[in-house]
Amino acid sequence: MSADTTSTSVWRSTLTLVAFAVLATAIVATTWVATRERIAQNQEAARLAEFAAVLGSVAFDTLNIDAPQTIASPHTLPGTAPVQMFTAKRAGQPVAWVFNVQAQGYGGPIDLMIGITHEVTVSGVRVIAHTETPGLGDDIERERSDWIESFDGMRWRGDTDQRWALKSAGGVFDSFTGASITPRAVVQAVATTVRWTQRHQETLLAGELP
Amino acid sequence: MTTWKAILRDGLWVNNPGLVQLLGLCPLLAITTSVVNALGLAIATLFVLCASNLIVSLCRRALLKEIRIPVYVLLIAALVTASELFFYAYLPALHARLGIFLPLIVTNCTIVARAESFASRQPPGAAFADGLAHGLGFAGVLLVVGALRELLGTGHLFKGLHLLVPGATQDGIALASDGLLLAVLPPGAFFALALVLVIRNWIAQ
Repeated sequence: MSADTTSTSVWRSTLTLVAFAVLATAIVATTWVATRERIAQNQEAARLAEFAAVLGSVAFDTLNIDAPQTIASPHTLPGTAPVQMFTAKRAGQPVAWVFNVQAQGYGGPIDLMIGITHEVTVSGVRVIAHTETPGLGDDIERERSDWIESFDGMRWRGDTDQRWALKSAGGVFDSFTGASITPRAVVQAVATTVRWTQRHQETLLAGELP
Repeated sequence: MTTWKAILRDGLWVNNPGLVQLLGLCPLLAITTSVVNALGLAIATLFVLCASNLIVSLCRRALLKEIRIPVYVLLIAALVTASELFFYAYLPALHARLGIFLPLIVTNCTIVARAESFASRQPPGAAFADGLAHGLGFAGVLLVVGALRELLGTGHLFKGLHLLVPGATQDGIALASDGLLLAVLPPGAFFALALVLVIRNWIAQ
């Protein structure tokens, strides 16, 4: 092949690649423009649905979804990561808090969203992400079982409160066949969060972080 | 000139991507815990395969052999990204379930193999039919393995179909009250695929 045809073919290759780069970008850009609004709506709807689920029947008029307060580690809440706290307010007064905490399950961390009212009653709990055994430990998901709703309305009655445990340990929560670590981890994480909120109730009601 | 019938037979049976070429096994094994998951991945793969075959065939005269592979990579990546965005916008619940395996369609060797070995040498009609045949062949394997695992693992079929078809059943068809958990765990994927492979080879003999 002569030097001349080689340089022609290099030019041709380059231009073809450029053309395909433009085509590929156009395909992605067009789809993105066509779908971005719906995707943003879906994300927003999914987040709102999570908050609505954990706040249950709490009536509120403001909720700082986009600007949570962060409780830096080390803290006495479950998990070692910093905890995000959202405050639902009504007429400027806190009526409920939502905590994103991490329990330590059998297969890794379980991300929980816990809603607690200003009277320190659980308004709802949902599992956001987990890696528990499919078919055994995943009954903590609301999609698979209503177990997670057994927290609704629970309170912390002081250090003699025996209810915050699995039934096999004298508590009120059902355990799962073949998976005892998973539900125990969730119960303990929610109990710890409720206890923490009880202890810091006055501070939180004043709008401050402990 | 290959006939339509030969193209279809090739993709669906003789050279089935999942059962004969054994390509795309990572998503096949990982996602087939239920029929609905399998169907979601099958639709996305089918779309990417048909579109990439069609575009490659239309541009086949412009492609020098030195740059064919980079062009396929660019094109397939763009098509996969587009289909992922589409799933996110219109089937968000299914998008969440398929997770990483939707963008990972880009690594399914079937797509680049069909582009190189067929679409780059054939007219657009035949290339599209070839994409359709191989996409359907792959989809068939996904669905059979998915149905086998869902039925054996949970006793149900088509659970969560409402995520794909609005108004369809949410709880699926209950054929048994309980199942063998192993079938939906990773080992079950290998057993189920092995079973389907055995049956396929048996018939082919």
